[in-house]
Amino acid sequence: MAKLNMVEALNLALAEEMARDPQIILLGEDVGQLGGVFRVSDGLQAQFGPKRVIDTPLAEAAIVGTSLGLAVGGFKPVAELQFMGFLYPALDQIISHISRYRNRTRGRYSVPLVIRMPYGGGIHAPEHHSESTEALLAHIPGIKVAIPATPYDAKGLLISALRDPDPVIFLEPKRIYRAIREEVPAGEFTVPLGQAQIVRPGDQVTAVAWGSMVRETLRAAEAVAEEGVSVEVIDLRTISPMDDATVVASIQKTGRGVVVHEACRTAGLGAEIIARVNEKAFLSLAAPIERVTGFDTIFPLLKLEEHYLPDAFRISRAIRKVVNF
Amino acid sequence: MLWAEYDPLANRRLAILSPEGQMDEGWRPSELDDEALLHLYDRMVALRQADLLALNLQRAGRMGTYAPTLGQEAANIGSAALLQAEDWLVPSFRETGAMLLKGVSLKLIYLYWMGCEWGSHFPEEVRVLPICAPVSTQTLHGVGLSWAAQLKGENWVTLIYLGDGGTSKGDFHEAMNFAGTFQTPTVFFIQNNQFAISVPRTRQTASATLAQKAIAYGFPGIQVDGNDLMAVYLATREAVARARAGQGPCLIEAQTYRMGPHTTADDPTRYRSEAELKTQERFDPLLRVRLYLENRGLVNPETEAAREAQHLKWAQEQAREAEAAISYNPDEIFDYHFAELPPYLAEQKAYCQRFLAAKGESAHGQA
Repeated sequence: MAKLNMVEALNLALAEEMARDPQIILLGEDVGQLGGVFRVSDGLQAQFGPKRVIDTPLAEAAIVGTSLGLAVGGFKPVAELQFMGFLYPALDQIISHISRYRNRTRGRYSVPLVIRMPYGGGIHAPEHHSESTEALLAHIPGIKVAIPATPYDAKGLLISALRDPDPVIFLEPKRIYRAIREEVPAGEFTVPLGQAQIVRPGDQVTAVAWGSMVRETLRAAEAVAEEGVSVEVIDLRTISPMDDATVVASIQKTGRGVVVHEACRTAGLGAEIIARVNEKAFLSLAAPIERVTGFDTIFPLLKLEEHYLPDAFRISRAIRKVVNF
Repeated sequence: MLWAEYDPLANRRLAILSPEGQMDEGWRPSELDDEALLHLYDRMVALRQADLLALNLQRAGRMGTYAPTLGQEAANIGSAALLQAEDWLVPSFRETGAMLLKGVSLKLIYLYWMGCEWGSHFPEEVRVLPICAPVSTQTLHGVGLSWAAQLKGENWVTLIYLGDGGTSKGDFHEAMNFAGTFQTPTVFFIQNNQFAISVPRTRQTASATLAQKAIAYGFPGIQVDGNDLMAVYLATREAVARARAGQGPCLIEAQTYRMGPHTTADDPTRYRSEAELKTQERFDPLLRVRLYLENRGLVNPETEAAREAQHLKWAQEQAREAEAAISYNPDEIFDYHFAELPPYLAEQKAYCQRFLAAKGESAHGQA
């Protein structure tokens, strides 16, 4: 078994699924000859030809909007948006059509497509290249939103997304594109959409995270373990639909919780998770759930970004706070 | 050939059938014999009756907001007439006639405007996308569909409708740019009815014509008299043939006039005069075909009274069928979001069912 990073795992998933399913086509800016600015589609145009790996003009609404037509016309398009910061022109197509087509036509048409994009901060990128606005997407009915935190999950979740009969938005935490290397099997395996995973078992505090924050949260759990605090870390893996059952079951066991996200605090998914715990496990709580999040500010340029992003230090402080409540 | 000759930059506009019903017979293509022409005219009359009835239904509270096609019958029928079964039609929201011609029943179109999603559940073999309210967003879907034909080596052509207001939106320009770049088999058909609700065409763009916008994207555009069935037909005929032959996209600007309100929620007296409307009546697209056919002895006042009555009856039957088909099942709010109902929606659906049951049990549904 090969040790792969997330970029390589995503590339492998695309290559294997494209070989299996001739309806899959890739389109986006720089996805062809260049192999994508992060090289996720590296070598795929050479392997599958320019009719299946297509460099498009620079227009996000069109990449996503034409993908709807390609999907209705029989393809399984994988649209790449270069950065989440450039998603917004395409958001109209997602909100107004892609998420609604099956319901609007009472099942006559569906839009089985995948929209991939790198998201999140931590790579010292210019303005608009670091945001994490996944809560916007989680608010839209009719789509699924997956976020892997490891190379293994990246491959397994992407294969699930590619085989899903409905639109899936696939957010890739670019900060850990190459930071983690792990065993990723060749060949077919899937990680189901809508299932969280306990990535570190524990019994005193539940910590929920996704994307690159899983790694920070694991570091914090490691740090407080030395003080004798046992943290159960949950990687949500899919934010829509959200596997709140796994979170609630863990809270019922631990009675304490911390939610970590790099997105802004207000109306972030942390609020949603806490609301669901309150609805389903309020009496299990021994302390208010703590949020460790980005601030309600514009994401700073690279010289200040480390102060914006939650890190193991901030997360471990929050863990101690709920333990000592 | 038309496209070279009718250069929009040279202020050339294709017009064949005059408002008085006169035309040079040399223009008439062989397939458009009297019977075929009478059929297209018959579809125009059916469309007008369907529209007039919809306006009445709305006033009577039997239909929601409706966008009538009044005055745009030639633009609707003359264009959609060129599509084969394999071709795709991509409407905006003022293409009742085009959709009917492509095989969508009036019952479904009424059902949509009556407020029921089943009105967009077209039969499997009918290649029409659903009515699209967000202006010009559908142009990208149409380009995607025609791109799919090209990539698959299929023969279908896609006819995309939009309005004059739609040409101001970015999606339209992105769609035109993709179509030109990939040379997709796409026909963009602008129903320039002079108004985007109240805002006139002159406030949408400084371009002298909308047709010339195609030139910037590397493919031809043509301006036609959109109230002239023959001009619309011939321009679309050539556009579809070009697209099918792999010669890429083109753009047709059909200059027409919206004789009705934008929708039933609109009050056009606030932005246009009665006199202007009166002037436009002379250019009614139905009238000139009728005069032409009368001159040829194919119709007369008696046949036309009968035709209108027959189509009104048809529209009334379709309306009754639509009303009978309306679904009041609240489960459907949840059931069509995904191929399979996910657990969180199953939970909300069960809540809705319990809530409605409790509401039914309490006196008159009071809290």
